[in-house]
Amino acid sequence: MSTRLSKGGRLIDRSASQEFSFNGKKLRGLKGDSLAAALLANDQMLLGRSFKYHRPRGIVAAGPEEPNAIVGLGRDGRFEPNQRVTTTELFDGLEAASQNHWPSLEFDVGVINNSLARFLPGGFYYKTFMWPRAAWKHLFEPIIRRSAGLGKAPTARDADRYEHTYSFCDVLILGGGIAGLQAALVAGASGARVMLLEQAAHWGGRAPVDGDVIEGAPADVWINNAVQTLAALENVTMKLRTMGAGVYDHGYVLAEEKVADTTPGDGRPKKRLWRIRAKQIVTATGAIERPLSFAGNDIPGVMLAGSVREYVVNYAVSPGDRTVVVTNNDDAYRTAIALVQAGLSVPCIIDARSTVTGDLPAKARAMGIRVEAGKAIAKVKGGKRVTGVSLCAQAGQGAVLEEISCDAVAMSGGWSPVVHLWSHCGGKLIWDKTHAHFRPDAARPPTGADGLAMVVPVGNANGMMTAADALVCGAKGGAAAAQAAGFSAEAKAAVADAAPEADMEAVWIMPQGAGDALKAKMWLDYQNDVKVSDVQLAAREGYTSVEHTKRYTTLGMATDQGKLSNINGLAVLADALHEEIPQVGTTTFRPPYAPVTLGALAGESRGDIFQPLRKTPMHAWHEKNHAYFEPVGLWRRPYTFPRPGENHEQAVHREVINTRTNLGLLDASTLGKIVVKGPDAGRFLDMLYTGVMSTLPVGKCRYGLMCNEQGFLSDDGVVARIDEDTWLCHTTSGGADRIHAWMEDWLQCEWWDWQVYTANVTEQLAQVAVVGPNARKVLEKLGGMDVSKETLPFMQWADGTLGGFPARVYRISFSGELSYEVAVPASMGLAFWEALHAAGAEFGAMPYGTEALHIMRAEKGFIMIGDETDGTIIPQDLNLGWAISKKKADYLGKRGQERNYLASPDRWKLAGFETLDGSVIQDGAYIPSAGKNANGQGNTQGRVTSTYHSPTLKKGIAMGLIKGGLDRIGDVVEFTTITGGTVKAKVVDPVFYDKDGEKNNV
Amino acid sequence: MLILECPYCGVKAEETELTPGYEAHLKRFGPGASDEEFEAYMFARKNPKGVHFERWRHVYGCGKWFLAARDTNTLEVFGTYPAQSSAPPAALQDKIKAKRPDWKGYK
Ligand SMILES: [Zn+2]
Repeated sequence: MSTRLSKGGRLIDRSASQEFSFNGKKLRGLKGDSLAAALLANDQMLLGRSFKYHRPRGIVAAGPEEPNAIVGLGRDGRFEPNQRVTTTELFDGLEAASQNHWPSLEFDVGVINNSLARFLPGGFYYKTFMWPRAAWKHLFEPIIRRSAGLGKAPTARDADRYEHTYSFCDVLILGGGIAGLQAALVAGASGARVMLLEQAAHWGGRAPVDGDVIEGAPADVWINNAVQTLAALENVTMKLRTMGAGVYDHGYVLAEEKVADTTPGDGRPKKRLWRIRAKQIVTATGAIERPLSFAGNDIPGVMLAGSVREYVVNYAVSPGDRTVVVTNNDDAYRTAIALVQAGLSVPCIIDARSTVTGDLPAKARAMGIRVEAGKAIAKVKGGKRVTGVSLCAQAGQGAVLEEISCDAVAMSGGWSPVVHLWSHCGGKLIWDKTHAHFRPDAARPPTGADGLAMVVPVGNANGMMTAADALVCGAKGGAAAAQAAGFSAEAKAAVADAAPEADMEAVWIMPQGAGDALKAKMWLDYQNDVKVSDVQLAAREGYTSVEHTKRYTTLGMATDQGKLSNINGLAVLADALHEEIPQVGTTTFRPPYAPVTLGALAGESRGDIFQPLRKTPMHAWHEKNHAYFEPVGLWRRPYTFPRPGENHEQAVHREVINTRTNLGLLDASTLGKIVVKGPDAGRFLDMLYTGVMSTLPVGKCRYGLMCNEQGFLSDDGVVARIDEDTWLCHTTSGGADRIHAWMEDWLQCEWWDWQVYTANVTEQLAQVAVVGPNARKVLEKLGGMDVSKETLPFMQWADGTLGGFPARVYRISFSGELSYEVAVPASMGLAFWEALHAAGAEFGAMPYGTEALHIMRAEKGFIMIGDETDGTIIPQDLNLGWAISKKKADYLGKRGQERNYLASPDRWKLAGFETLDGSVIQDGAYIPSAGKNANGQGNTQGRVTSTYHSPTLKKGIAMGLIKGGLDRIGDVVEFTTITGGTVKAKVVDPVFYDKDGEKNNV
Repeated sequence: MLILECPYCGVKAEETELTPGYEAHLKRFGPGASDEEFEAYMFARKNPKGVHFERWRHVYGCGKWFLAARDTNTLEVFGTYPAQSSAPPAALQDKIKAKRPDWKGYK
């Protein structure tokens, strides 16, 4: 069993007991424990089930590489799925629950998948995708959905808050082990601005666990001194619990700081996302131990040797009473020694190397520990917990020499540098044969804006595997980074005692000649249930690329991201392909190094401040008058103003009828307004619009269309000629910024010799559409300028005052009614709006919203950008050829429109539609036609683009695109319905209301 | 995220302050151009692993468009210059040639 030892534990405080729960069971741990240590202290080794076969899964590691021990933490608004117990700090009141088991952790019916294992080989997902669809839908998906998958997404709103913070430094050091500390001491002494980030809750990394001796004293002494020295330097910032998640272009680094994980609800942000710009980055990210591939290496109780040692030294927790150590290197002997020193039993060290000579083995032997050289584990015994191992020769096929009973196995397949952060931005790797690992290739570093190296790897992360080498490397790296950032630094390193270690021996399968039965029990990836046999099968099926094999077998996917499984997996692949490991290469390392909470990435961008909102000067009035808002770009516009007892549809219909019979007022302030001015402004607008704007007389308005260079319609609006060299261009509400940028692009980058200035004055002006038969009356009542038919006819504008407000009045109409759009300075918008309502009361004035606007424009057959257009529509498709100048030699989009397929008579064109039964055609409906296309799909001949119930005409009306367009008037066609049926509709003229324009001609 | 120096206002702008405008030094083909010319202008874009000329706009800054020469592979930035340039400045071309002897020119 695993238990708490009576002595030791450098990180725990035995006087501070903390209560927590696991699956509802109350347990006790100690302050300083990781959740993993506290669980092990309570003999809770079994923590979950594997993804595919639901095999029992226990703790394997002690850090972020942990593949199995992943739990849900907290509850309700503070529930977090998929949290590693190894990187979770214990606190009083912590609640944890296992995941991926059904119905219970101890008894899991998913284990039945074990007997289906031969039906679930590597590539299972891909193969089933090619099986009949019905089988996937009715058979595989329900089974997989219930039995597979990790934690459940939280359903409650996140009760915590998160924040982003920005920082800049000369030298950013990622990792606070001895190499990182040493680099920080050197860089800090140079005067450079240094940031030192460590993902764990303590400094020093593994050195104290390994028993390293620095400057003649235990590593802890040197670490404490270093931390104190650095803390006293004003130019050094140090952060614990802060993980460097990703290294990006030009020294940009993302890091996630755990701020209030152990003090939920204390008011501080739970996590803080650091967005750092560094001149130089030092990766001191350490190394991760590799498992060994022997049969049963996934049974709970089989752990990484270095992790076993870490639990004993840091937390005084023993994973087992009798621990067999299995290794291919000297380092694992430290675990055996630590276990025996802690009073525990190590029945045997199984060493795959045929000759074992180093200092550490000598020390172990001197302590009386049995060492078996040239041996291997044939098989681990046990179900939910290790009960023993069978010993065999590494060189053989697994013939059992002896059974050894034990309750834990500490394995070490060697150590792999954590190269993730080095690799994120392009750093390349070389294969180090001595250590059988990939390490950073200093000759091919990630480079910055100056083309020079921007990342310096140090310590274990650079393949320097002893404390002595790591310190020297750390000092050199710290100095190199400081120098590259413009400081002079001296690479002075602390000296560590260097006990020589014998070479490790690469062992990828144990025993070497293992047969199929054993290989089908050798797990490479515990989380994704990928075994040696799966990778070999993938190779036999023709997967030669490591990237393809990864996706085919799911090796190293999900949260592992190549931390534990990478090297072992690609060694097996290389062997199966009869290639060398460096030729097969590694998969790509992508950020984040370890998962980052989505809340941290979102930061403060949630709820009301998810994005900036644009509000018109009348916005507060709309809110007071119960407007129901809809988003239009970043604007919020009233969709309708429902009255008590009305639903939205009733409110919209009332607004339409009232506008058409009395007086409607629309807040049109969001309409884009761009001033274009200068000697070449007319010439410029003639290029921008499909029509001619240069000939527009001062005082007049003209409707215009803008296309992109492909010829597709991009925006529309009314242009007013203000004076000899000034035009005001109205754009759609959502298009103002885009069109302004479009204008600037052409002016700055193509026609930079043209003298034209543009200004987006959208927010400088409030605009109100005064619409309906009583529109003139209300303006005349306000008084101040002549708005008569004679003085201000349709498509003209005039400056003046209305009710004392300085106003520019455009006589334009988007509804077909008598209509004025009145612009006043934004600061007067609300007062003007209120004055219109007060004066308009006797004329039946009512505000109306965007939906009434849409219905009225559809009743008139006016197109709407985004409804009738979708980026593939040319003006000619919408019968807008009249707005295209035939005389102009050039305009943006002209050449694009000349492409032959855009002139094809087969193109769908705009027409109106009325259902025979008066119903409303559904949004998105298609018009099917006979036959099938080349893909076997039903043919179509058109689709609806705008469809409404017209309260004016009391029936459904629609606009849409149909092959043949207006030539089809009178035809009866069928539109699809969402339920699979069709509805008959007649093709009609798209102008449904007041075809002769008499309403406006007053 | 790249950092590019705006040649107008001198700000070393982070990518979040900028809007990309894709390939620089394109020649516009309008009415009268052949299908091939129009296709080249509209659709055929360089996608080199190496030296590339790009358009960027300092949109959350001075609002100016500028051009940048950089290596898409190493992320080295050779220089930035105003959009009102028919060709990269000679000094910049010399600098790139010196650093990338195999470079075939910006066209
Ligand atoms: Zn600028």
